[in-house]
Amino acid sequence: MGRYVLRRLIQMIPVFVGATFLIFVMVYALGDPVSALFGDRGPDPATAKALREEFNLDKPVWQQYLLYMGDILTGDFGTAFNGEPVTALMDRAFPISFRLMVTALVFEMLIGITLGVITGLRRGRSLDTSVLVLTLAVIAVPTFVLGTTAQYFLGVEFGWIDPAVSPDARLDELIVPGLILSLVSLAYVTRLTRTSVAENTRADYIRTAVAKGLPRRRVTVRHLLRNSLIPVITYLGADVGTLMAGAIVTERIFNIQGVGYQLYQGILRQNSPTVVGFVVVLVLIFLLANLLVDLMYAVLDPRIRYA
Amino acid sequence: MPDQAPEALKKSGALSETETLKKEAIPTAAAPATVVEAGPAPGRPRSLWSDAWHELRRRPTFLIAATIILVLFVMAAFPGWFTSVSPREADLTTNYLKEPQLTHFFSPEWLGYNQQGQSIWARMVHGTRASIIIGVAVTAIVLVFGGLVGMLAGYFGGWIDAILSRIVDVFLGIPFLLGTMVILVSFDTRTEWTVIMALAFLGWTTIARVMRGSVISVKQADYVAAARSLGAGTWRIMLRHILPNALAPVIVVAMVALGGYITAEAVLSFLGIGLTEPAISWGGDINRAQDRIRVAEHILLYPSILLSITILSFLMLGDAVRDALDPKLR
Repeated sequence: MGRYVLRRLIQMIPVFVGATFLIFVMVYALGDPVSALFGDRGPDPATAKALREEFNLDKPVWQQYLLYMGDILTGDFGTAFNGEPVTALMDRAFPISFRLMVTALVFEMLIGITLGVITGLRRGRSLDTSVLVLTLAVIAVPTFVLGTTAQYFLGVEFGWIDPAVSPDARLDELIVPGLILSLVSLAYVTRLTRTSVAENTRADYIRTAVAKGLPRRRVTVRHLLRNSLIPVITYLGADVGTLMAGAIVTERIFNIQGVGYQLYQGILRQNSPTVVGFVVVLVLIFLLANLLVDLMYAVLDPRIRYA
Repeated sequence: MPDQAPEALKKSGALSETETLKKEAIPTAAAPATVVEAGPAPGRPRSLWSDAWHELRRRPTFLIAATIILVLFVMAAFPGWFTSVSPREADLTTNYLKEPQLTHFFSPEWLGYNQQGQSIWARMVHGTRASIIIGVAVTAIVLVFGGLVGMLAGYFGGWIDAILSRIVDVFLGIPFLLGTMVILVSFDTRTEWTVIMALAFLGWTTIARVMRGSVISVKQADYVAAARSLGAGTWRIMLRHILPNALAPVIVVAMVALGGYITAEAVLSFLGIGLTEPAISWGGDINRAQDRIRVAEHILLYPSILLSITILSFLMLGDAVRDALDPKLR
């Protein structure tokens, strides 16, 4: 187990380097951080040159990348457009987005898996069909439409929630945004669980379990669910990264000052240290979440062992 | 196992080609049902695709989705057939607070006017083109490029697979929406093609992964070994024997992805990083409608409905095709 984890961590290094280099090139080669600093009025050539030298922008991209990575390894992520160190933005943004992500994930697991099991066991019935249609509708209506509508009705018309989340982003304020953020994934989790459960109900071990007289509940939870959850866990694991990064729309609608908000500001202002710094952390989270998923397989399916 | 059925059996029509082709369709419980439900094809045996087509024609969801998509394509190609007003014709004396005249079907005022006094219906009709072009073009590029990468990785395996798969991992590590935003923000004017390139640049990995998995499962089949023993070349085996049989799951994923690309364009336009003015895009219109939602929700409502229906149609189409191509679920 320990050796497996170590091997996986080592395998992550090239992917991590590749992904961060790619985003680095995209930000630095496509955009022009120096002219972005000056807005619509072009910078004075001498100032621009001095700035380019100060931020190593006159060197080739691979050298810039190495210098940047060297800084990151010593904990220096550079400064954001407002003069604050990027790490200070991260300290504020990541806990908020993490809370939002956990809220969304809880909704996905509780509602998504429950609905998936219920519909999977009742394939073809009216409940199954209506849930299936509902999930399609939820996937089809874009988050920004759902978000603005929910904000308008719940926040403005009925006054049940605050239309905008306060800067602390307490957990109770994040319930509705978390639900909105989770909806698309929730629909996918439902469908995935449904398919998986429906396939496994026909498996031999379920027939055996029923035949040896186990109560229905135990068969469903211990035998069926445990085996059906593997694809769902894979999806949820990949979703952790997506939810952290993909909350741009939700965070913008509800004015949550998390990762998505900071990234949106950074991208609009073409502030390279913010964008690259946040993405580096996001890539790391994405990779670690996937490793965690692979380790979860062994818990769910004892046949899978990692030597 | 059904995938080991000899070629001769296939010709008798007793076994539909579906079973011979679908490597992963192994559950014994499902296999006999397929034969019965596929129906006795008198005379010539059906291929996987014609079998799926027979199945599809009877499905209401497929027929509805296909009809809507057809209408959307016509709307994108000939917007003039649906509205006589120009989407850019603005009349500031037309108050956007005026209620939509829902009974005046397809007249310029039937869905109301926006803040600039432009007909919402005209803008919806003319906005179709951007969404459809972007969806179709990105899917086409991604299918060709991702399909090629997946095919090479799956067929050759070994170090080629190792390298290509790592490259795919690298691209997957970058969040999709975020990456496209980073690319697009560096362009001052963004046309359909800028958005298409940005989406395709990060989107091809999904198809590559599916194609790779599909090719790996197909290349073990007996008919591939047979073709090879008959002396068929690498390219012939890949294009004539593996590709047609590995394509089904890829097509399904591509159809669902097409809806996803249309969503992505709308989201980008909503965030103000999509198409730039004067391009007409549903997402952009929805974005501009937001600040009037309290007094004139119709500006936001109708483009949102059309956008959702479009995405829903592609999802339903993908769902129906998947069910038709996968005998396991019948």
